[in-house]
Amino acid sequence: MKPPYFLIHLAKDLRIEWRSRDAVNSMLFFALLVVVIFSLAFDPTRAVSRQISGPILCVAILFAAVSALNQAWARELRHQVLDAQRMSPAPGAALFVGKVLANFLFVGAVELLLAPLFAIFYNLHVLGNVWLLLLAVPLGTWAIIVNGTFFAALSIRSRNRELLLPLILFPIFMPALLGMVLAISAILTGDSDPALWIKLLLGYDVIFTTISMLLFEIVLHAE
Amino acid sequence: MASVVDLESVSKIYGMFVALRKVSLNLEQGRCYVLLGENGAGKSTLLRVIAGLLRPTYGSIRVFGTEKPEDARERIGYMSHAPMLYDELSGSENLRYFASLYRERACMDPEAALSAVGLDATLTRPVGQYSQGMRQRTSLARVLLAQPELLLLDEPFSNMDAASAKQMLDLLVRLRSERKTILLTTHQRELAEPVADCLITLHAGSVASLTETTVRATR
Repeated sequence: MKPPYFLIHLAKDLRIEWRSRDAVNSMLFFALLVVVIFSLAFDPTRAVSRQISGPILCVAILFAAVSALNQAWARELRHQVLDAQRMSPAPGAALFVGKVLANFLFVGAVELLLAPLFAIFYNLHVLGNVWLLLLAVPLGTWAIIVNGTFFAALSIRSRNRELLLPLILFPIFMPALLGMVLAISAILTGDSDPALWIKLLLGYDVIFTTISMLLFEIVLHAE
Repeated sequence: MASVVDLESVSKIYGMFVALRKVSLNLEQGRCYVLLGENGAGKSTLLRVIAGLLRPTYGSIRVFGTEKPEDARERIGYMSHAPMLYDELSGSENLRYFASLYRERACMDPEAALSAVGLDATLTRPVGQYSQGMRQRTSLARVLLAQPELLLLDEPFSNMDAASAKQMLDLLVRLRSERKTILLTTHQRELAEPVADCLITLHAGSVASLTETTVRATR
């Protein structure tokens, strides 16, 4: 049995990243800088740490992801590989899903490496249900990646694409960023129930993943 | 002979720049057409329009009987002057990847496609480390994979040494004898002339001349 198209694209992206490590290295370096600089700048107490950790983590993930997403389609643009993909009978949505999954795994790997360092630098002791972080962080990350991959594809033919991506992405990502920050803060402090924010993230992800998949074919074949 | 491509008054305009100006052409099955012209004459644009990668601003185009070239994409092999390959993957990895995207078509074996263009299929080096000529040949192997009926080749002889160019010509002769339609662009007229059934010269986006030739290469 032949694997689905999106798995073919995903396997190709993983193989290329395994060889070059371009995306993971740049993201890890950037996220580490954010985490270390903020921990040195604030020198927070344990209680303050729990309040500010959520926003700092989200900012670190957001900026690190944008640095990688800006390059998400660079390999396809180089040597016109995208034209070869456009000429193939494989559906555009599969190319998009493969790319989103690959970017999600790259950012997820960075988050996994970052998590223990984050706990050490910010002296974190979670007061809420720690397992809920396993829902809130991936859902928030998916929101960045799905929109970022779509808008990176939309802006690839633009001369100022590296500037254009954050300009389009950040306002659209704002509701998900709010949900992610509040969900993580609620889990870390244990002050409130994060369920509402997790549901908001889930709804946001479903809506934007569907819209992006439906519109990607148009973006892919735009001149 | 069956018509493969029909262009009727096709124009392509970018802002104020007219890349193609009322081009009318008819390409028949099993023939090799060589597109000549100076830089900026519109050769690459014409190939991209036929491939369905660009939509004409005016005029109509029929490829394999359909007015939407995108519906005939599976039957078209397009080779750009860029290699259209991933630098980080080897030649056979690139070809395996592209072959897996053409699952409904009987694809050539990637190793056989590489051998057909005279490349060693066991090369494990990434394409980024290939010479320009090797990349060009790997790119042609990618085009051959899906066994297209119409081949659109943009500058296939560029960056090739004499021996590789000869090998490419032999391959084109073989493909034509298999009833494939070939449209190629080149600046090296003397190289392509022996395989050409028809020489088309573009000038400033228009067809300046169309010359039927007596093909010298063995069919």
